[in-house]
Amino acid sequence: MISLTDVSKAYSSSVSIGPVSVDIDAGGITALVGPNGAGKSTILTMIGRLLSLDSGRIEVAGHDVVNTPSKAIAKIISVLRQENHFVTRLTVRQLVSFGRFPYSKGRLTLGDEKYISEAIDFLDLTDLEDRYLDQLSGGQRQRAYVAMVLAQNTDYVLLDEPLNNLDMQHAVAMMKQLRRAADELDRTVVIVLHDINFAAHYSDRILAMKDGQVVEHGTPAEIMRDDVLTRVFNTDVQVVPGPNGPLAVYY
Amino acid sequence: MTSTLRQDIAYTSRDILVDEQRSRRRPLLTPSFLLAVVVTLGLLAASLLVGQFDVFAEGNFWMFGITRIPRTVALVLAGASMAMCGVIMQLLTQNRFVEPTTTGTTEWAGLGLILVMWLAPTASLLARMSAAVAMAFLGTMVFFLFLRRVSLKSSLIVPIIGIMLGAVVSSFTTYLALMTDTLQTLGIWFQGSFTGVIQGRYELMWIVLAVTVLVFLVADQFTAAGLGKDMATNVGLNYTLVLFMGTAMVAVATGVTATVVGTLPFLGLVVPNIVALFRGDDLRSNLPWVCLVGISTVTLCDLIGRLIIAPFEVPVSMVLGLVGGIVFIGLLLRQRRKGGLVT
Ligand SMILES: Nc1ncnc2c1ncn2[C@@H]1O[C@H](COP(=O)(O)OP(=O)(O)OP(=O)(O)O)[C@@H](O)[C@H]1O
Ligand SMILES: [Mg+2]
Repeated sequence: MISLTDVSKAYSSSVSIGPVSVDIDAGGITALVGPNGAGKSTILTMIGRLLSLDSGRIEVAGHDVVNTPSKAIAKIISVLRQENHFVTRLTVRQLVSFGRFPYSKGRLTLGDEKYISEAIDFLDLTDLEDRYLDQLSGGQRQRAYVAMVLAQNTDYVLLDEPLNNLDMQHAVAMMKQLRRAADELDRTVVIVLHDINFAAHYSDRILAMKDGQVVEHGTPAEIMRDDVLTRVFNTDVQVVPGPNGPLAVYY
Repeated sequence: MTSTLRQDIAYTSRDILVDEQRSRRRPLLTPSFLLAVVVTLGLLAASLLVGQFDVFAEGNFWMFGITRIPRTVALVLAGASMAMCGVIMQLLTQNRFVEPTTTGTTEWAGLGLILVMWLAPTASLLARMSAAVAMAFLGTMVFFLFLRRVSLKSSLIVPIIGIMLGAVVSSFTTYLALMTDTLQTLGIWFQGSFTGVIQGRYELMWIVLAVTVLVFLVADQFTAAGLGKDMATNVGLNYTLVLFMGTAMVAVATGVTATVVGTLPFLGLVVPNIVALFRGDDLRSNLPWVCLVGISTVTLCDLIGRLIIAPFEVPVSMVLGLVGGIVFIGLLLRQRRKGGLVT
């Protein structure tokens, strides 16, 4: 379980996030939704100990993320930020193998290679594994980052808008893969999504944020309602029945 | 992920073969690597044999041990270590244009040298070297702290800040030298050259060998740090510690080289960029290449300097500066053509 107690972060006197207190159950996929600037990335990076908290406490599977050694956390939580860029020239496979760093410290065993190959195949990157990252398209690069995080093989996976830049086919494929990771491997996936219909269809719980606060937390059925979505997103939303569950229409 | 991830299933021999073939390490002992080794050895042999003094004449062979061997050993160690410093700094700053002479590291080392000459004129070479190392460490740390405030990490701003910092430090050094009447010594120092590297002086360079071995041991941590603070932290790396360690290694290598040889501009810039072009940035599998290319570049430049106006010598730093400057500009143009990176 991920539990946040009075977590807050003040970027400046006018912009502050929280205090947020929320428990995210272990297992399944939790979608984090909300308008731009709501504080989704802030909360996610704090859970992933990439950003310090100003106050409060975050526990993941009983470990305090601030006080637990970073090395130990790397085997429990993996986190991918919304934006990633580096000038280091690595191939897809070299990047993904850094997902095994918490275990191998760079000296890869055959077991590590196996995880790496699987993560690469999983994200449909097999033919691209020897390409340099700077020779990939934005969506292919995004998939390589996600492959690295999956190779880390942690119980908790935090992803900030991993569907960025992905085409329809790969967006659906990635959600299905995350679904399988949650169902078959009991992973806990927390994922920031902008497409509320994706969130409704693939996640078990939806956590909605607005103005630095958690405003809604419930099952897709509870969140997929005209009044709730209209309130959260500040725009008129109508929920209509679709072939595979309710669809939010907002245009 | 598939359920096989959950259990450690015994591999069939075919699976193992497939995984090994797909492994991320690129084979090192390729024909091109062997060729590079041969070329480097050839250059080193030339360095041993070239010179005004006929070492093979009757009774002259002692000179070989006193000048030629020290000079060549120093070329090997300085070339390898400065190239390596370049890679480390580029990974730590995530910037392709950074190396000891574009971050002020060498200038700080020079300040250390002059400070000792001023405060303790009779100090040993070892003491001078320690001061150079200490100041190089301090200066590089200052640079990194400065960098934290700059968000445009991939831009040219970074080396510009470094060169500016270096210029400030070196003008202070010049002022000190002027006051203490050591301007000439400083001038000689700034013109890095292997001419004066003889027995009794070059031995310090062996320290650099120890640093090189250390870098080999922790190479993966530097590559991970090159993914940026967040990704590195995500995989459990203590980023600050790696930064500290890298700075210390660079400071030792630069400080020692500065004391024995002087400045070797652009070496740390040219070599890593050339290697990255062909082999990417995975440090551990690239280090042998970085060392080899570093050694042959500096040896070639030294040979050119020794031959071009023989019987006199052009300091190697001038030749390197010329070659490095050209590569630096080429790099800029190339990145601009590719669009992006340099903004
Ligand atoms: N480094 C920072 N310095 C100052 N303010 C920041 C910083 N990062 C975020 N903010 C502010 O904090 C608020 C929350 O930002 P955050 O990135 O968490 O939003 P988000 O919900 O992820 O938005 P988006 O959907 O656009 O990614 C925003 O108002 C943003 O301007
Ligand atoms: Mg965000």
